[in-house]
Amino acid sequence: MGSSSSSRNKIPNAQELMDQTGFSSAHLLRLYDRFECLDRDNRGYLSPDDFEAVGGLAMNPIGGRIIDAFFSSGQDTVDFSSFVRILAHFRPTDRNRNKEGTQQELPNSRTRKLKFAFQLYDLDRDGKISREELLQVLRAMLGLQVTEEQLQSIAERAIQEADLDKDDAISFDEFKKSLEKVDIDTKMSIGFLK
Amino acid sequence: MLRCGYALFWLLGSVLLICVVSPVKGEAVVTHEGSHLKLSKSSHSNESQHGHSSNATGIPIISFKWHHVETSYLVAFWMIKEKKKYILPLANREVIEANHHVTSVIPESALLICFGFILGGMIWAADKVQTFTLTPTVFFLYLLPQVILDAGYHMPNKLFFTNLGGILVHAVIGTCWNAASLGLSLWGCQMGGAMGDLDIGLLQYLLFGSLMAAVDPVAVIAVFEQVHVNDVLFIMVFGESLLNDGVTVVLFNVFDAFVSLGGPKIDAAEIIKGIVSFFVVAFGGSLVGLGFGLLISLLTRCTKNIQIIEPGFIFVLGYLSYLTAEMLSLSAILSIVFCGMCCQKYVRANMDENSVQTVRYAMKAFANGSETIIFVFLGISAIDKVIWVWNTGFILLTLLFVLVYRFIGVFFLTWILNRFRLVPLEFVDQVIMSYGGLRGAVAYGLAVMLDENKIKEKNLMVCTTLIVVYFTVILQGITMKPLVMWLKVKRAAVTEVSLLEKLTNKMFNHTLVAIEDISGQIGHNYMRSKWKYFEENWMSWILMKPSARKKQDQLLDVFHQLNLKDAMEYVTEGERRGSLEFVRNENSIIDFKKKSESESFDINNANISNDHGVMSNTSRDPIPSVSLEMHEQTMKAVREAEAINAHHLLDQHLYKSRKQHRHRFSRSHFDINRDEKEVQEIFQRTMRNRLESFTSAKMGVKPPKTIVKHTQKEQQQKMPNGKSMDKAKTSYSGDEGSEGDSASGYDQSYMRATYRAGAGIENPAFMPDLDPMDLLQIPPWLAESELDSSMVALSHRAQVGLPRTPSNLRRLAPLRISTRSTDSFTLENIPDTQQMDSDQLPPPPPPRPPRDDGYV
Repeated sequence: MGSSSSSRNKIPNAQELMDQTGFSSAHLLRLYDRFECLDRDNRGYLSPDDFEAVGGLAMNPIGGRIIDAFFSSGQDTVDFSSFVRILAHFRPTDRNRNKEGTQQELPNSRTRKLKFAFQLYDLDRDGKISREELLQVLRAMLGLQVTEEQLQSIAERAIQEADLDKDDAISFDEFKKSLEKVDIDTKMSIGFLK
Repeated sequence: MLRCGYALFWLLGSVLLICVVSPVKGEAVVTHEGSHLKLSKSSHSNESQHGHSSNATGIPIISFKWHHVETSYLVAFWMIKEKKKYILPLANREVIEANHHVTSVIPESALLICFGFILGGMIWAADKVQTFTLTPTVFFLYLLPQVILDAGYHMPNKLFFTNLGGILVHAVIGTCWNAASLGLSLWGCQMGGAMGDLDIGLLQYLLFGSLMAAVDPVAVIAVFEQVHVNDVLFIMVFGESLLNDGVTVVLFNVFDAFVSLGGPKIDAAEIIKGIVSFFVVAFGGSLVGLGFGLLISLLTRCTKNIQIIEPGFIFVLGYLSYLTAEMLSLSAILSIVFCGMCCQKYVRANMDENSVQTVRYAMKAFANGSETIIFVFLGISAIDKVIWVWNTGFILLTLLFVLVYRFIGVFFLTWILNRFRLVPLEFVDQVIMSYGGLRGAVAYGLAVMLDENKIKEKNLMVCTTLIVVYFTVILQGITMKPLVMWLKVKRAAVTEVSLLEKLTNKMFNHTLVAIEDISGQIGHNYMRSKWKYFEENWMSWILMKPSARKKQDQLLDVFHQLNLKDAMEYVTEGERRGSLEFVRNENSIIDFKKKSESESFDINNANISNDHGVMSNTSRDPIPSVSLEMHEQTMKAVREAEAINAHHLLDQHLYKSRKQHRHRFSRSHFDINRDEKEVQEIFQRTMRNRLESFTSAKMGVKPPKTIVKHTQKEQQQKMPNGKSMDKAKTSYSGDEGSEGDSASGYDQSYMRATYRAGAGIENPAFMPDLDPMDLLQIPPWLAESELDSSMVALSHRAQVGLPRTPSNLRRLAPLRISTRSTDSFTLENIPDTQQMDSDQLPPPPPPRPPRDDGYV
């Protein structure tokens, strides 16, 4: 612990971050290394270009959306603490911690994970997934495999499945409800962040 | 290779028979070799038959060439006998399955074994000898492959590979642990004098341990299928039971060899050879399986024209993969598992949907049959005096050790695994995993294969194995469900497919990959995405039909399924109500209720007036209820009249094929009466009709150009956003006002056109369907000149009652298609030329429905 705490000092407000995200100091260190690696100019923050330099993201159909998720609206930089907070969504839920009755909701709770996924759909951040937004996602994922008409009918159908209040869009509550049975903890978690 | 050829020959002959025959193949082959003939003769009927025919050789006129046909005769008798013998258990299974409340308490496998006891007792009472036993040959070569192939083919691949690490650890290390601990403990107990005087050495104990080690896939499937535990738990137990068979068989062979060698000759080199052989056998078997799986995929890629036999390939090649591995003394079970797992995706994509279903059902039928036979025979085998050698210490200690070491092994291995798992296995899951370590027919088959010369206490071992099998399958099987309930194990959720869920899942996958990229880790998701990329770009390209490649996305699959379900529901509903009309009717009504804007009623009224022909202006007051009522009534009347009309027309004018209902028998095709000439002729006739109608339309009535133009414009409006209905209405409301009073046919048809365009029918030919003929009131079949043309247009007329508003139609997107197809069904043989010419020609004038008489 001695060596790690000494190197921990270079991370700004490490303790606070650990409390908020539930990451251990080893995780934070690892992420900090990665952050510095991404931050090629050592500016202390990342810009969208830094993300785009990551190899695999270019091939990812929703890579752009993921990058956008790191930048809260209006800003075009992300510092280390926001970076970690976003990644904390993907920490697996550990049961023991929840039982302790934590005062605040950790970012890796089910709702927060869902919220993250919801925001990936909701491009204009109006709290609703409109038909057009759904179509865009479909287009990105299905690509050239299908015709536009098919995409439209799929989007139509998907909206109707979830749309309870018949406003032709999916609100977060409806989204949450329709994914009730999905094991979000497994599907939105990454092993190494445990 | 000779064996292979034999097998193929027999397999080809019998692969399409039901599974009850499959054991016969074995006997048939054996009969050729002449070794098992005794067995077949031992039954009374066969012997008497034999006697009769040999007596009869004295008659000169009809000579019985018994020897000539002896072999095939016996084979045939065997088949019948065996069929009887096997059908009985099968019939019993039916009985069992009919009583679902019984199986909800006691698992089928246990019931079947009990039934085997009874059956065995009956045979014993009749014959006083044990006639039927489950021989290892029959079991390993003819019963087991089907069950395993079914398991492999229906394996949830993604789940399996996600948990592959855990499964492998349990299958390999767990099994070795079971074998070693059991063997050593029993040996220790014997040294300690716990079970009297037994002539069993350490190596023989280890051999016994190895055959007892494996969890049996057949038993596990049978029990767990009825319990419905959660996916992860199921795949852990199931995957382990499948993969550890390879391990067991290898262990068994190695120790068997050691026993033959004898203790002193075993040195380090032999042990190393044994370990190496384990890897060779396991990986070699898997590779053979993968090879055959790829071969199947390739084959199904190019069997478009022989759909009837393409399901056969899967069985033949799957079985061949088993036999090939067996021939090379590799792990046959692993081979057939991987064969099934490898080919499933491509087979499903490549083959026709019917063939896919055929494969699925045949596979299940084979597997179920085999499973039944296996369990019943396990029961029957018990009724045999020879094998019952009782040694309380040995048997009870074996039972105890089997159970205890299973628990220890599972808990220890899971403890290690949980340090690496994303979602750790919970305590209750581990209990169920340990408790689910059922032993079954594989252990029994191996025990019977023991060589009596080398192992003096073979019968004791067989007897103990049987007891362990009964104990685990019956007792543990029965208590499994209560235990699962009591421990509150997470059960499998009944999932309903939903598009949003599927889409979001897909999104999760991409998100995880992206996050792994960003945080610079190479994890599962990264590997999976790489594999997927490789698979999509290379494997699919080679192994899949081009047409299937396009629609391989699961999302589309779900979409298709949902649509199918909808369509089925509509059909069922329609059959309940007597017709599919309700779809049109109901929706329009609901719709009217929903949209109470005056504008829409305007159009409704216009529409009604349209149907009424002359009374267009009179019924123009927008009182919802009234207009609804009337609308419905008129619709009904219209439809009845239409139906009569249509039937009459069809009767008179549809092409009557000269060879009606000529069902052609074909071995390779199902379709009937598809003569090319006939189709050609129908096509030509239709075209001629169209041309005539076209000219008559041009000369005679000349529908105004504007209609076509308007409708097209409208469609363009509609396409981009689905809700152009309102726009359409507003944009035309002016015209409506100005022209509405004129009450001419054009006007009405025009209004209908706009209305329908909003309803989302793309084909412009469907739109204007009224014409001046309306006013003449001549029944269509009297108006000779117009008849031919009306024949085609009639179908469009029938579309009047389609769901009326865009919101509805979008909802019924699949239905729209189906309505259209219903229509083409009515006009069965008219080829799909409508689209073609109606795009260019002004629509042909449809007939005037006769129901006006009632209203005018």
